[in-house]
Amino acid sequence: MALKIPRALYDQLRQHGEATYPHECCGVLVGEFDEAGGKAVRTVVQCGNTRTDSPQNRYHISPSELVRIQREALLAGQDIVGFYHSHPDHPARWSSTDLDEAHWYGCSYVITSVEKGRAVLTNSFLLLEQEESKHLKDEKLEIIEQ
Amino acid sequence: MPIKVLIPTPLRPYAGKQSVIGVTAKTVGEAFSDLVALHPSLRKHLFSEDGKLRSFVNVYLNDEDIRYLNKDETAVKESDTITIVPSVAGG
Repeated sequence: MALKIPRALYDQLRQHGEATYPHECCGVLVGEFDEAGGKAVRTVVQCGNTRTDSPQNRYHISPSELVRIQREALLAGQDIVGFYHSHPDHPARWSSTDLDEAHWYGCSYVITSVEKGRAVLTNSFLLLEQEESKHLKDEKLEIIEQ
Repeated sequence: MPIKVLIPTPLRPYAGKQSVIGVTAKTVGEAFSDLVALHPSLRKHLFSEDGKLRSFVNVYLNDEDIRYLNKDETAVKESDTITIVPSVAGG
């Protein structure tokens, strides 16, 4: 299982992290699930970070944005398959807050480390199980060259 | 025409893998009762043990958060859409 993403969209979400540095960026990955449990990203939707109280180390996407994105995805025959955010001057690994606040099981959580304004590493993690036993597992990020 | 409930990706395994489910109700609370009656395994993913909606579950009636309407008592009518969206946040 892997998260497949075209190079242009991969670059787009990394550039979003550079643009918002030293604040965290965030957004939604829209695409399709395949029969084997893998996912293909077709669209990257940039969102605003509503955590204006602590944007350098927290992010939150407005639920009203999620409602709109989910509705438009369904109309296009697609789904929300994951989310992304950046870690300014912090490793591209999930934090305890990331796990606590993760609730979209089966979806990918992509994290980009942005050091001194430049995107460095981008990793994907898959949220598994359910609320009481949840965990984030390393997931292969497959970049599709076009 | 029933009221549409949009089911987010993580809850679909508990809702017969459906993304949209039709329910019959006059309020949001009744819509959720109907939904859980149709798919009982959804209950624990939507509600805590005290029967309240889990804190990370957002419910919208069309474009409005029901917390800012009349919560469970919010009236619904045919052609309305209820959307369930778990929160997205982190550090």
